[in-house]
Amino acid sequence: MSILTPTIRPSLVARINPVAKLAAALLISIVLLLSIDVVSAAVALALELLLLGFAGLSARQFWLRTSPLWIAAPLAGLTTVLYGVDSGAVLWEWGFITVTEGSLGLGLAIMLRVLAIGLPGIVLLASTDPTDLADGLAQVVRLPARFVLGALAGLRLVGLGIEDWRSLGLARRARGISDARGPIGAVRLFAGQAFAMLVISVRRGSKLATAMEARGFGADHVERSWARPSTFGAREVLLVMLGAAIAAVAVAAAVWAGTWSFVLA
Amino acid sequence: MSGASGARVTADGWGWRHAGRRSHAVSGLDLVIEPGERVLLLGPSGAGKSTLLAALAGVLGGDDEGEEVGRLAIDGADPRDRRGRAGLVLQDPDSQLVLARIGDDVAFGCENLGVPRDEIWQRVGEALEWVGLDLPLDAPTSALSGGQKQRLALAGVLAMRPGLVLLDEPTANLDPDGVREVRDAVTGSIARSGATLIVVEHRVDVWLPVVDRVIVLDPAGGLLADGPPDAVLTAQGERLAAAGVWVPGWPPRAPVRRREHGLAASVLSVDDLAVGRTPFAARRPEIAASRISFDIAAGRALALTGANGSGKSTTALTIAGLLAPVSGAVRASPLLAGGLDPSPHRWRSRELLPRIGTVFQDPEHQFLAPTVRAELLVGPHALRVDAAAAAARADALLERLRLSRLAEANPFTLSGGEKRRLSVATVLATAPQLLVLDEPTFGQDANTWAELMALLAELLDEGTAVVAVTHDQHVVEAIADAEFSFTSGSTADVVR
Repeated sequence: MSILTPTIRPSLVARINPVAKLAAALLISIVLLLSIDVVSAAVALALELLLLGFAGLSARQFWLRTSPLWIAAPLAGLTTVLYGVDSGAVLWEWGFITVTEGSLGLGLAIMLRVLAIGLPGIVLLASTDPTDLADGLAQVVRLPARFVLGALAGLRLVGLGIEDWRSLGLARRARGISDARGPIGAVRLFAGQAFAMLVISVRRGSKLATAMEARGFGADHVERSWARPSTFGAREVLLVMLGAAIAAVAVAAAVWAGTWSFVLA
Repeated sequence: MSGASGARVTADGWGWRHAGRRSHAVSGLDLVIEPGERVLLLGPSGAGKSTLLAALAGVLGGDDEGEEVGRLAIDGADPRDRRGRAGLVLQDPDSQLVLARIGDDVAFGCENLGVPRDEIWQRVGEALEWVGLDLPLDAPTSALSGGQKQRLALAGVLAMRPGLVLLDEPTANLDPDGVREVRDAVTGSIARSGATLIVVEHRVDVWLPVVDRVIVLDPAGGLLADGPPDAVLTAQGERLAAAGVWVPGWPPRAPVRRREHGLAASVLSVDDLAVGRTPFAARRPEIAASRISFDIAAGRALALTGANGSGKSTTALTIAGLLAPVSGAVRASPLLAGGLDPSPHRWRSRELLPRIGTVFQDPEHQFLAPTVRAELLVGPHALRVDAAAAAARADALLERLRLSRLAEANPFTLSGGEKRRLSVATVLATAPQLLVLDEPTFGQDANTWAELMALLAELLDEGTAVVAVTHDQHVVEAIADAEFSFTSGSTADVVR
């Protein structure tokens, strides 16, 4: 398994066009960013959790992939509780830190919001192959093929880059220049190696560009064909509608409960 | 089924000068290559072989990248207007794979030509069969060996049904098995596709069975020779060999070693060593080779040989004190350690310099400075050698490795052979007692090869110990006192 050829379990979601997944996740995110309140985030999160079972992730994969989120969300919430805008009764005070009813509510809202925005993105993209996403972006969204395929081919160089970085580290030790003296020395060492890495990456990239050009890539007068069809059908429309529905129900619930507070208002 | 018909190549007084260079890369070229001919294109390095191939592939660029004179044509038209009529395979296997899966990568060229979908997949299957890659279409390209990657690149080109197939040193970075694999894939597929073939390669013997014509470019412009392989090699063999081409019957000069018999002082011993690297984001190292034991003595050369992936390079890096052993011991003798801990991987980076020098497979990885001269001062500077002494040492090395004229050039702009010489020179600048080299002769022409061997023999005679990882049996014959062959990945034995 690698970045470009992830192991994806066959599932209903895995067969859906990545563009639809991206659209659904974006839709939920944008709507949830419009307000900071507990109700809309909680409702969206609850609905998302109901649908997670269909995403085709094993329990282990799910926790592994979403682990950063489970750490980041409570931290974001806690920070808001301790340092956020205060309102209502003071519950606890210690130096600069004041915990009030208002900041507690705000903290909870932030935590739920980070989860509700992050989960669909991570879970939907975990079942996505980068090649399929590129196909979709080029054929469905009609982004320029030159840009999409260039980025995809560049992504392949990331794997080679990890190997290059190690070789560079060894080579610099062999050249006698990797004894760092103090933190400044360490930073300088890192900067030097990073620059060398940049030089090597640029050279590799330009070789790859020549190889792609030699295979007819970027020719202006030919209409490119696509070996892998990327289609947008009923399944995809359904997923986007599902995303829209989650967003709509979340907003409706918050408005009904009177907690909706439009951030731009 | 056969592919498109072969293309006809014509050059009328053609020449090309890269922007910013004073002299022409190619000039005064007059040439006709008939459809279906299979041509081996030779010439000393700098004769413009790669430039000619790039021009025929239509990737040489426009007016801002160079100046063109005369006319070069494929089937009577400018190659830039006939993209897809010529297909190019380059030297570096890693830089020409475009997509993550085998089938997609072969399909890439067809897509760019606008071939209809059903036909693309039919062509993909056919091209993979021609080059003998019997793997699932969704197999990841990253897991392929070097030889397989080159065959995949060839399949990607063949699927475009080119009339002209151009191979620019396609086997220079491969081990002997990979070389044969690729050569056989070319032999099998070109005949079936009916395309015209032009291949550039230093190693003539590999390609002689495939080609029916040899063309030799003259660095001064035009052609040195052109005709059937036997006639050209008989008439021009000596001259070509002198220019660095590997011509059968004209082997490069092997150095004379002043081997002193008797016991040599040990500098480093390896005892039941297991070597490996820890993969990215993994906790345990993956063992590359184990149960390795040998002794390295002053003034003696040890060759590490074996198939790709047998752990030779990892072993070399471990001996050189760059990787920690997974188990077992690498012990420097007091002679080498000079008061330090006997384990080289515990030494500081600077402490390695006068003791163990490592020449990496890819010279570019070890370049640090903006000019060739500055590159030679890096090591002495780290050891705080005073400026005058360091400069004198750098000048001596520039002279010895014929780099004086390039002293102010950027290391990255040097040719392959020059880069290799510089990477060796940087290591010699701090006069290490043990020299570790990883595939020093990879992709080198016969002249650089002979120079390197002469230099190593000289160092050995002066008492430097040498460990060389190599696929090249000629290296073993030329300098090695002992050979350690890595067989079947784990066990190994001294064969000489």
